[in-house]
Amino acid sequence: MSEPASPEPDTRVVQRQRAVSAFAQADGQFLADAWRRLGGDRAVTTLRGPEVGLVMVRGRAGGGGAPFNLGEASATRASVRLAEETVGHAMVLGRDRERARLAAAFDALWQVESERVAVETEVVAVVEAALAAEDHKRRSETEATKVDFFTMMRGED
Amino acid sequence: MAGETIDLSRRAVEGGFADPVFDAQAVFAAILRAMARPGTVVDLGHRAVPPAPLSPAQGAILSALADQDTPVFVEGVGEALAAWLGFQTGARLAHAAEARFAVVSMFGTVSLERFALGTLAFPDRSATLLLEVASLKDGPTMRLSGPGISGSTVMQVSGLGEAFLEARRANRALLPCGLDLILTSGTLALCLPRSTVIEEA
Amino acid sequence: MYVAVKGGEAAIANAHRLLADRRRGDRSVPALTLAQIAGQIALAVDRVMAEGSLYDPELAAMAVRQSRGDLIEAIFLLRAYRTTLPRFAASRPVDTAKMLIERRVSATYKDIPGGQLLGPTFDYTHRLIEPEMADNGIVAEPERREPPETTAAPRVTDILGDEAMIEADGIDDGEEPADLTRSPLAFPASRDLRLQALARGDEGFLLGLGYSTQRGYGRTHPFVGEVRIGEVEVEVDLPEFGFPVTIGRVRVTECQMVSQFTGSKSEPPKFTRGYGLVFGQLERKAMAMSLVDRALRADEFDEERRAPAQDEEFVLAHCDNVQATGFVEHLKLPHYVDFQAELELLRMMRAERPAEADSGDDRASEKEAAE
Repeated sequence: MSEPASPEPDTRVVQRQRAVSAFAQADGQFLADAWRRLGGDRAVTTLRGPEVGLVMVRGRAGGGGAPFNLGEASATRASVRLAEETVGHAMVLGRDRERARLAAAFDALWQVESERVAVETEVVAVVEAALAAEDHKRRSETEATKVDFFTMMRGED
Repeated sequence: MAGETIDLSRRAVEGGFADPVFDAQAVFAAILRAMARPGTVVDLGHRAVPPAPLSPAQGAILSALADQDTPVFVEGVGEALAAWLGFQTGARLAHAAEARFAVVSMFGTVSLERFALGTLAFPDRSATLLLEVASLKDGPTMRLSGPGISGSTVMQVSGLGEAFLEARRANRALLPCGLDLILTSGTLALCLPRSTVIEEA
Repeated sequence: MYVAVKGGEAAIANAHRLLADRRRGDRSVPALTLAQIAGQIALAVDRVMAEGSLYDPELAAMAVRQSRGDLIEAIFLLRAYRTTLPRFAASRPVDTAKMLIERRVSATYKDIPGGQLLGPTFDYTHRLIEPEMADNGIVAEPERREPPETTAAPRVTDILGDEAMIEADGIDDGEEPADLTRSPLAFPASRDLRLQALARGDEGFLLGLGYSTQRGYGRTHPFVGEVRIGEVEVEVDLPEFGFPVTIGRVRVTECQMVSQFTGSKSEPPKFTRGYGLVFGQLERKAMAMSLVDRALRADEFDEERRAPAQDEEFVLAHCDNVQATGFVEHLKLPHYVDFQAELELLRMMRAERPAEADSGDDRASEKEAAE
């Protein structure tokens, strides 16, 4: 049952993990536009949801100790199947059902070997770049509020 | 390997409720009726098609009642069923002692040692056992009495084993603690809450 | 005894209609949008999310609007909403060391790796009402400065921890943390349960308690080891994936409060810690939480429990403002029959008293009141 053609399972898991995390954090309108381009007129069968629920967000005592329940966050999940028989899942923070459905559809499309490269370059990479740019902007703004300490000489020594 | 994994994940997403809200409501209402009127046989239909060893009724009950907050124990659970329960209910598989729902192959005095019986302060923190039997309509006659039963009623269940009545007596002695039991057979279910007295007729 | 009384339907319906009108106010003034609330009174929205124990800025903004800015009412709305939803999963514990930092200061170390980042703070403002707040002037874009390559900003307590001068974080024994939304509070409470209760506890109540520890009710001498605000990733293990996935980010405020400990028979003198972590940008709340967390750990350090902030039953049973407001505010609901019964009882007691005792007492108390 081995599939020598595909990369090692670990690499693939890591790649899909990255991709799914990117889909989950993508802008809804961006996903809708990208799906029109890449998804074509594929049938997307909904297997579950999209449904709104909660995720209990946990923290750790002291930052690194035993976990505790901080509070819940709203989340939406969806599972879909494409004509190619691949099954995609998504869970995204917030209550945007369509965004969750599209994220699941992209997870399914990513699993179609012939589509993966296009999804990686036109969606995953674009989302990651957008997130990185936004983070960089925010970090730059914060960095400008950094205190540059200097010490004034006092006394004789 | 990869092929098996995909088959497994595909199996997990199939066989759930076609209409999650109304199917879950219908099953919940049927189980509520059966719990309130012990001995009543309800038909849950083919709403769920779970992997072995669950019967359709057990699949429907777990789909309706189990969730992230109710750890489930299944005797002889396989990977396919674990994946199915994870996707369909969100419930995690647990050891017998932690389980709020347990799918078992027999009910005996040992069950009272394995599963949570609740506490005097919180008798609801106990397990509900699901036991598949050969038939709910054909077998030795047993008399049921207790809350929800006017006078007494009978059930004819085959495949309960010899230790059953003794275990039920021991279970009833624990009131308000104890185990609740749902007998299933194919698509049918019959509830025997801990308060029901069962005797040979 | 409760007796159903009818007759309020029309009054209630009209009261709701009147409420809707007053909420909207002057129709010639544009209605508030959710984006305005979430964007421009963001800290009120954060407080509603933290104490409502539900992270969803848009919903919290709706609740603020619906409650006319009564934040406890808004928190109540959010709590009610969350009970209608299924819980899909619990996240992996968020890693605050990997936070996208928007503010981070330490009162204990000047030169911390990553630096002192003031961020959008009220500190150092003059607390004078700015005339610009009355009009709609242009607001300058923030300054920017190239940030360092590395995003790592180790927690200050980890720096102290390296010298063993501070107690360690404690061990993750793999136990599922307690959840007060699933099983009722029981005492003694574990620290995980206390932290959950404090994270959703009332800011004002915790602030008062935290303050009381500084004034001597449960002596501590605390320093802010670090306060940091920023976004953390929420990672969830889902059975359908078989690996953890990031589902988005939430903004949190974390406070590490460091306080002295003189040591015990088994432990050398060292610094101990209180911890605060809350949804949103809520520095005061996170600081108060960390003070109260430390005070509640009295037993761990063989400290005598004498002050209210050290009494976990007192703190945990009263820090929830939805519970508190429910019990206090229910007093205004009809108690006609209760009250009639008490009135009857008083009349009976009076009737049974000898007449002379009454008149004498009355005169004496009138005299006291006059004085």
